[in-house]
Amino acid sequence: MSELETFRRETRAWLEASAPKSLIGVASSELEGVWGGKRWKFDNPDKKTWLTVMADKGWTAPTWPTEYGGGGLSNAEAKVLAQEMRDLKLPVPLIGFGLTMIGPTLLRFGNEDQKNEHLPKICRGEIRWCQGYSEPGAGSDLASLQTKAVRDGDHFVIHGTKVWTSYADQADWIFALVRDDNSGKKQEGITFILIDMDDPGVSVSPILLISGKSPFCETHFTDVRVPVENVVHEIGAGWTVAKALLGHERTMIADTFGGSGSKAREKSERSFLSELAVSRVGEERGRVADALIRDEIARLEMDGRAFALTVQRTKDAARAGHQPGSESSMFKIYGTELNQRRYELMVRILGPDALGWEGPGFDPADLDITREWLRSRGNSIEGGTSEVQLNIISKHVLGLPA
Amino acid sequence: MELVLNEDQELIAKTAFDFVQERSPVSRFRALRDSGEPLGYSKALYREMAELGWVGIPFDEKQGGAGMGLAELALIVEALGRTLAPEPFLGGIAMGGMALALGADAATCEAWLPGIIDGSKVVALAHQEAGVRYDLLSVSTQAVSASDASDASDAYTLSGEKVQVLDALGADAVIVPARTAGEAGDAEGITLFLVEADAAGLSIDRQSRVDHRNAAIVRLDGVACGTASILGALGAGGALLEQVIDRATVVLCAEMVGGMSEAFDLTLDYLKTREQFGVKIGSFQALQHRVAAVYMEIELARSSLMAAARAVDAGAADAQRLVSLAKARCSDAYVLATNEGVQIFGGVGMTDEYDIGFYLKRARAAEQTFGDAAFHRDRWARLGSY
Repeated sequence: MSELETFRRETRAWLEASAPKSLIGVASSELEGVWGGKRWKFDNPDKKTWLTVMADKGWTAPTWPTEYGGGGLSNAEAKVLAQEMRDLKLPVPLIGFGLTMIGPTLLRFGNEDQKNEHLPKICRGEIRWCQGYSEPGAGSDLASLQTKAVRDGDHFVIHGTKVWTSYADQADWIFALVRDDNSGKKQEGITFILIDMDDPGVSVSPILLISGKSPFCETHFTDVRVPVENVVHEIGAGWTVAKALLGHERTMIADTFGGSGSKAREKSERSFLSELAVSRVGEERGRVADALIRDEIARLEMDGRAFALTVQRTKDAARAGHQPGSESSMFKIYGTELNQRRYELMVRILGPDALGWEGPGFDPADLDITREWLRSRGNSIEGGTSEVQLNIISKHVLGLPA
Repeated sequence: MELVLNEDQELIAKTAFDFVQERSPVSRFRALRDSGEPLGYSKALYREMAELGWVGIPFDEKQGGAGMGLAELALIVEALGRTLAPEPFLGGIAMGGMALALGADAATCEAWLPGIIDGSKVVALAHQEAGVRYDLLSVSTQAVSASDASDASDAYTLSGEKVQVLDALGADAVIVPARTAGEAGDAEGITLFLVEADAAGLSIDRQSRVDHRNAAIVRLDGVACGTASILGALGAGGALLEQVIDRATVVLCAEMVGGMSEAFDLTLDYLKTREQFGVKIGSFQALQHRVAAVYMEIELARSSLMAAARAVDAGAADAQRLVSLAKARCSDAYVLATNEGVQIFGGVGMTDEYDIGFYLKRARAAEQTFGDAAFHRDRWARLGSY
């Protein structure tokens, strides 16, 4: 038996013995994910147990080094772990921007003190992070950001406003881009800094979206004093860090939207979308009665499958030692637009049933679809618009002139 | 299923690419077209390719082949597709050769496969009938059982007409699906007959298509066929045909990925060299975003092709769905890449002098072979029970 197969057997046995029984056989999509942090309230004590057990094993961050609370697994082993968890239908114990964004960034750019301070707390779900990038005047043109960082001894004094900070009202720390120098090119003079949200002068106000929800906030910094030691990488070199982190963000967004999800759904005899269509437009001779809707479902499912295969191909190539390119931009565009098309199609399949906002006369599941459709319109804007990604592909992949 | 080339496959891909670039650049395709030579390809070059082992790739070792799969054959055909090299890998190997390998008995395999594998013989598959789009079961050609047959050699009489039969001109034999029972559209009652090119009552006439490939009308006017010429079981040719065409579809997709990649590279080169308004036209964002979209479609087409080839090779449960996925994606991507290519080349893209037009025409021909994207979306839905 190969080492990997031994690992698979041992992992399977360990998961079956260690996971709370109530969580085995429940798809992740049916549970609210655990984001962690000081303000987090578990809706189910078994989820807390599961987080503790997995964090003790280092498997909330399977590939991170063990000295920082990770599992020290190879990519191949981590894939096996994910497969076995999927197979047992075990939920992921912990999600959030600590694991997907700031953690990988600190592993690459952070100093030893920063890694020792922050990574273990991320792995254990003790600290929840949010991202301070965009500003009211700096959206797609992120490098024009103006949140000021003025040096005062061994501190920076931060003043300015960040916008679209996801879940800032529930976060404990924020990683932010600030400007310490205005004299050079706009990409210069930017510093990447870590700020405690409990520091005096930090305030947060949620933004109400067209979906009626408030996942994003405005975060204001009024003369917030932050130690210079909280700068990641070098002062003025924040743009380099920011670009690397945006790559992680795009990969995360792509993984969220159809990277692996669409395959599992197809295992049942009929897909979710075709079942939904049969329930609303009926069937004729065993087929969705409306041929145009049927065609649109097939088109979307096939695009989703082709996308998932492309994500897989990139991962397989990386494991085989090929250098990764700028695929994350492509995945960001395609993944988010697939998700948008999916909700557009669901809303069209629902027809007039999709018009509910709340209250009687509407099915709660339909109301969710409508809210998610509205939310999905932001997918191609947040994390770098589709157009910005197309610019990146044109210049960095295709080598077209500026 | 790993969607990455192993070392052997990398080597096959590189060898094929280098050979085809040197021996069959697009200028060779242009010269063949201009010559008006009806075969449309070179038997000598085809034999050379066979000597390199390319033709034997998908055939079993006990049949004299290399015992590899579609994943490997796809690498060869992708290289051919890049320069529109017209040697009969689609009609002769993926269609005719595969029909023999999957359907013929030991004696027929022994009689034909060695010649196919060494490149000296070509066997075509005549599945397309006039007025039929992509339904493989719409077979009207009749195989009438002769009640007064003297012996097994003239047990059936074939009558009918097949059109756009790929690589049929110059072929040594043609495999003909015909009705031994039932009516056009029935799943049962189709039988595949192997008919030698010199059989009495058989005629093969070249057709001139937009892509200049070898395609012919095959007319059967009372062609006598014996029971020994039947491939597979009597009346069960519909299922066999579907198996063969699924394989041929994967091979066609490989050619399409090669063609779209080359058309895209030509377009990209043009964007980086052509100047208007005092700048390279590739600096215009309107054009950048259009080609970035094409780039993504090509990447998705390639992933789908790789998955389909591996799924068919492995006999995976979802192989048919992945074949349809690959053909739908490749059809849309090749047409998009060449439509955008001609648009970006502008006026010169409309001229015969530039190669981009060859790719535009081949893209359309390939799209409308074995089912276009809409056909395969419908098949995907049917296979998903909706």
